[in-house]
Amino acid sequence: MAEAEAAAETLDEVTLGARRSPLGLAFRRLLRKRIAVLALAFIAVFYFCGLFAPVVAPRSYTAQDLDNVLQGPSLAHPLGTDRLGRDMLSRVIWASRTTVIVTLATLVTGGLVLSVSLGLLAGYMGGKVDTAIMRVGDVFFALPGLPMLILINATLKPRVVEQAWIKNLEDWLRVDGLPDYILIFGALSLFAWVGGARIIRSQILALRETEYVVAARAMGASAWRVIFRHLLPNVSNIIIVGLSASLGAIAGTEIALTWFGVGIQPPTPSFGAMLYDGGSIRTLQANPHLLLVPGAVVATLIFAFNLLGDALTDVLTPRAR
Amino acid sequence: MQGILPYILRRLLWAPLILIAVSFIAFTVARYGPGDPISVAMGQYRDPEALARVRHEKGLDKPLLDQYRIYIWNVLHGDLGESFRFGARPVSEIIFPKMWVSAQLGLVALIITFGVGIPVGILAALKQGSWMDPASISTFLFFQSVPVLVTVPVMLLVFVLKLHWLPTGGWEGIFSKHIVIPALALSLPGVAGVARLMRATTLDVLKEDYVRTARAKGLREFTVVSQHVARNALLPMTTIIGISLVTLLEGAFFTETLLGIPGIGRLAFESVTSRDYDVILGLTLVLASAFIVANIVIDIAYTFIDPRVRYQRSAVI
Repeated sequence: MAEAEAAAETLDEVTLGARRSPLGLAFRRLLRKRIAVLALAFIAVFYFCGLFAPVVAPRSYTAQDLDNVLQGPSLAHPLGTDRLGRDMLSRVIWASRTTVIVTLATLVTGGLVLSVSLGLLAGYMGGKVDTAIMRVGDVFFALPGLPMLILINATLKPRVVEQAWIKNLEDWLRVDGLPDYILIFGALSLFAWVGGARIIRSQILALRETEYVVAARAMGASAWRVIFRHLLPNVSNIIIVGLSASLGAIAGTEIALTWFGVGIQPPTPSFGAMLYDGGSIRTLQANPHLLLVPGAVVATLIFAFNLLGDALTDVLTPRAR
Repeated sequence: MQGILPYILRRLLWAPLILIAVSFIAFTVARYGPGDPISVAMGQYRDPEALARVRHEKGLDKPLLDQYRIYIWNVLHGDLGESFRFGARPVSEIIFPKMWVSAQLGLVALIITFGVGIPVGILAALKQGSWMDPASISTFLFFQSVPVLVTVPVMLLVFVLKLHWLPTGGWEGIFSKHIVIPALALSLPGVAGVARLMRATTLDVLKEDYVRTARAKGLREFTVVSQHVARNALLPMTTIIGISLVTLLEGAFFTETLLGIPGIGRLAFESVTSRDYDVILGLTLVLASAFIVANIVIDIAYTFIDPRVRYQRSAVI
């Protein structure tokens, strides 16, 4: 059964392949996996809610209804209300905005910019550049991640908040709590790049010696051309797989930092703060929805990231298929 | 065996250099924070003159590099400084007993992680193509996805308050019922990773000629799997013990804090929130050294277990 499917797939690819890019093919293969489609759908809904929270959320995340505190699910409040009578559904939607911002920002800075460029650079240049980058990576790899993240966020926050240009940027972007976001994704990126950079570097080391790269260089192609036209397209699959695998961890770490009280500060909603508020055993006994609602959303999101990561690995790394 | 000795030497020579860099980063970040240790220790009763005097006595008015030099000198002599929170008790006296608690808990969790993950991985590989393969891996992938922050309170509610099977938090050693909840909370998230790697290596081994030979000469399937497949598939598992240790430590932060276990995770949490700088620094150094040593030991052990492994220049940690 599975073999027949695979054969049909290959046939499809052969007949249609001429007009499709490798990534387009991979995407089609991905859409054939039901679990991956479900995961992708949940992630899409989550990111949509996060990005358009002001439109999607029925209420403001600060609007209090003190006549209706700690209510269970009802028609007016589908997911109940918290200690201050704030609508849980709206708070979950606004908290997803925090997750969306942190994951996307870390993905771009730590995942794409730092790990890809440093990995490419180390692998392509070799020699002293390689040694320098990889030894710095070793140091970050040896630092205990979570304690260092907590320490950085706890100690550097006052310094970041002081900066005038960040204040201006916050007003300009109209994102409340921008310093919190900057610190979190900055610190996360600092630690997130090492794994990806190592994998990309090792791939580049192998690709650098292939005939087509040697040929391109012999024809006088510049380093930039070799990197962007010949090397980058060949590691793009690994980059996508690596990024998708790290998304769940990034989302989880933001939640952990906020839970410790060094991440996103109230009143900006975050799943970390919600899990902290609902996490005491007495609260869970009396008002289980305070923990279970954000807990279920977070668990589903990270589960979806993990499933999608698995599916992408299957689809994009042909050797493992 | 040519090449092993230079490899080990190179790894051992790099380790102290990495530790120095790690300690310098941690030191700088800790000192850069708001309120130096003394003003934190003195709380609200601060008298500027006394503050300046104590600061001078502790050498905190010196340039950062000098402070760092003195700190490292002391560390090399076994002095990790004093805790401000625990009434000037030496940091090493505080850290090591707590590390022992965490190590015990971590060992139990590690045994559960591998004890569950390895059989699940083998089964998933043997049932490749049937529904059991994705179902078993996905189940544990789900456990990996639920944050410890959710599992621990829920387990407390179910097992302690509703069913009365287990006692609440606290620490009574590894042979008491108190360990069940933290050990489960710490080990469940790691099972998926172990199971997945085990599944992948088992699938590789199943394709080997010697497995076909074993089947061809009429061995029972159980013997083939246990004697020929599992033993060879287990080799690469040693490499992920290091990663498992990191996962365990991060889980320990929450589990120990939530359950009131006097381990290193809870100590780190409390030290960071109360800015007990020397404890934070000491912890960072001790943990980083432990990881570096553990990784070197694992890698070297692996080259002995599986001589086919090549030693790459790049793999320093």
